[in-house]
Amino acid sequence: MTSEELEQIARSVHQENEKYDYEINVCMDLACASQGADRVRGALIEAAKAAGKNVFIRKTGCMGPCSSGPLVRVDPEGTLYHKVPDVKAAQIVDALGAKPVAELQCDLNEHFEHQVRVVLENAGYIDPEKIDDYIARDGYKALLSALTEMKPAEVVQEITMSGLRGRGGGGYPTGLKWSTVAKAAGSPKFVICNGDEGDPGAFMDRSVMEGDPHRVLEGMALAAYAVGATNGYIYVRAEYPVAVARLTTAIREARRRGLLGANICNTQFNFDIEIRLGAGAFVCGEETALIASIEGQRGTPRPRPPYPAVAGLWGKPTLINNVETYANIAPIIRNGGKWFYDMGSERSKGTKVFALTGRIRHTGLIEVPLGIKLRQIIEGIGGGVPGGHTFKAVQTGGPSGGCIPAEMLDLGVSYDALMAAGSIMGSGGMIVMDDTSCMVNVARFFVEFCMTESCGKCVPCRAGTAQMHTFLTRICTGTATMDDLERLVDLCATVKEASLCGLGQTAPNPVLSTLRYFRDEYIEHIVHKRCPAGVCTMQPAEATVEVTA
Amino acid sequence: MASYGAMPEPPSDDKRWRIVNGTMRKNGFARHSLIEALHTVQSSFGYLDDEAIRFVALSLRVPLSKAYGVATFYHFFTLKPPGRHTMTICTGTACYIKGTDKLIAEAEKHLCIKAGHTTSDGNISLMTARCVGACSRAPVVLSDGAVAGEVSREQMLAQLERWTVE
Repeated sequence: MTSEELEQIARSVHQENEKYDYEINVCMDLACASQGADRVRGALIEAAKAAGKNVFIRKTGCMGPCSSGPLVRVDPEGTLYHKVPDVKAAQIVDALGAKPVAELQCDLNEHFEHQVRVVLENAGYIDPEKIDDYIARDGYKALLSALTEMKPAEVVQEITMSGLRGRGGGGYPTGLKWSTVAKAAGSPKFVICNGDEGDPGAFMDRSVMEGDPHRVLEGMALAAYAVGATNGYIYVRAEYPVAVARLTTAIREARRRGLLGANICNTQFNFDIEIRLGAGAFVCGEETALIASIEGQRGTPRPRPPYPAVAGLWGKPTLINNVETYANIAPIIRNGGKWFYDMGSERSKGTKVFALTGRIRHTGLIEVPLGIKLRQIIEGIGGGVPGGHTFKAVQTGGPSGGCIPAEMLDLGVSYDALMAAGSIMGSGGMIVMDDTSCMVNVARFFVEFCMTESCGKCVPCRAGTAQMHTFLTRICTGTATMDDLERLVDLCATVKEASLCGLGQTAPNPVLSTLRYFRDEYIEHIVHKRCPAGVCTMQPAEATVEVTA
Repeated sequence: MASYGAMPEPPSDDKRWRIVNGTMRKNGFARHSLIEALHTVQSSFGYLDDEAIRFVALSLRVPLSKAYGVATFYHFFTLKPPGRHTMTICTGTACYIKGTDKLIAEAEKHLCIKAGHTTSDGNISLMTARCVGACSRAPVVLSDGAVAGEVSREQMLAQLERWTVE
């Protein structure tokens, strides 16, 4: 593969597309699919045939506003239709080249206005199962130019200059990590993509892997070139079967085009990727646990140092980045580090994808420049809280994060600001809660999650989260005393300080952040035996149901 | 190339063991392919029983204790055969906020079993999932793998009823 050949493929895709008068793109992502996108697509194909119109109908990845699915976009006009029932297919086809179907037209200007799409630039525009679609949108251009025109150190330099920080949640500078692996002695070196999106309430990585899988492969190949690795692994949750299938197809296609394998693009560079399936263990999102899992073991973390950058998979230097981090690499190399650096806030550069869900009008996948105010996300993009309820808090960072209250909505979203507010950026789940959510109950939910997901290796996490859960259950059932609250706070400090890995170290965050902003709710539960949101029953747990099996 | 010695015989002449063997062969019977092999067993047979774990462990020359350790460590693996139908209720944060805890309680009451179990007639398994990534459509329920969003108590119970009368 040479750049001429790449351009040739892009040209032929464009020529092919030009044969059609119109393109109808149907979002086939999980949310739209669960609302009948497949039936809509079938109906559109039938309708186009019946009307004798020259239309190309494409299956795409997530278009964003999932609550308005099934979504259909007509190009070249770019008309977006939402909540499309299959019976309206003929009307949509009839309206091609004429006035759009007004009743189905999606009026979400404010939803899209504040967004900037870098990671999601292809989402909704390409068929994720076709490598040529990706190539036609500048895909693999960055890899080719890096292999032929840049030294590995220059690639690292470009990433360092961009200011990109790890999108898995920790926010470690990506360039620094890459240069550590590049300098590490040992061979072979490995590149791992962390697609174990275990954070409940987050689906950014799933959408990227399903909607634009080649972007992840290209990012990994660039990383491998930069650090001198020859083998790559994508660790994906088994709960994401579609992502696994799309990545498998993508890897096969990339090999066929000579973009993975030996002598990529006729250079000396060899790199291939394998998929490894997760098996439902949240702790495997932690890098050393993930490595243990790829090695076929129980996914338990080990103390660091040595860091995986020095001694990772099979004791060799290993680069681990998250899906979204890799998804940012190709555009950075294509447009230059400076371009990326100019987006975002002072210490948090670029854009971030968030999964906006919970008690909010427009749920879905969004991508915003970092530094954007939370209020713009919640009220502007999300359209606020529906049903006459009032906004109470937004939860970021999943079980490792915290809740940010209404009075802090003018906070700019960045790694440091969220950390200072007692939460974390996390992988990008953003769950909105209103006055019907009980913050103590939410804290208990997360602690229960961490308790069940604790791998059991270290005592502070294994026993500590269980004891925290006991205290919180007492509070939620009205049997706690103020002494219990004090002991809970004390225990949080122990678990935070003494746990081996990130799971335990951050498990107290949901408790500490709700205590910081919603202490009155805790007091109300303990002293007045009352749940202000009316969620907790304030009764000792009901007798268990009869078990017949 | 090291000699692997005699390979263990599959527990039965069930053709599905060939698929399991295929996965292990593809990975050169390497020990690190244990999880991959167990995935194949589960996708072929629906669950992992002692016989299967023993066969995989012997084939990969992994101690039985280690294979059992791995099989029980990961939530995705199940050691019990699933029912004819499986209802999986998502317990991710977005689903929780929208009340899946109540859905689970209703389903448990309806089926007289706890989540994670199968009805005594082997008809319906009631499972929970950590998050299936369809958070924007919370609460999410999977009926035999088909994802449905914004599921109401009535819709869920109707589905269980349909399976019961079948």
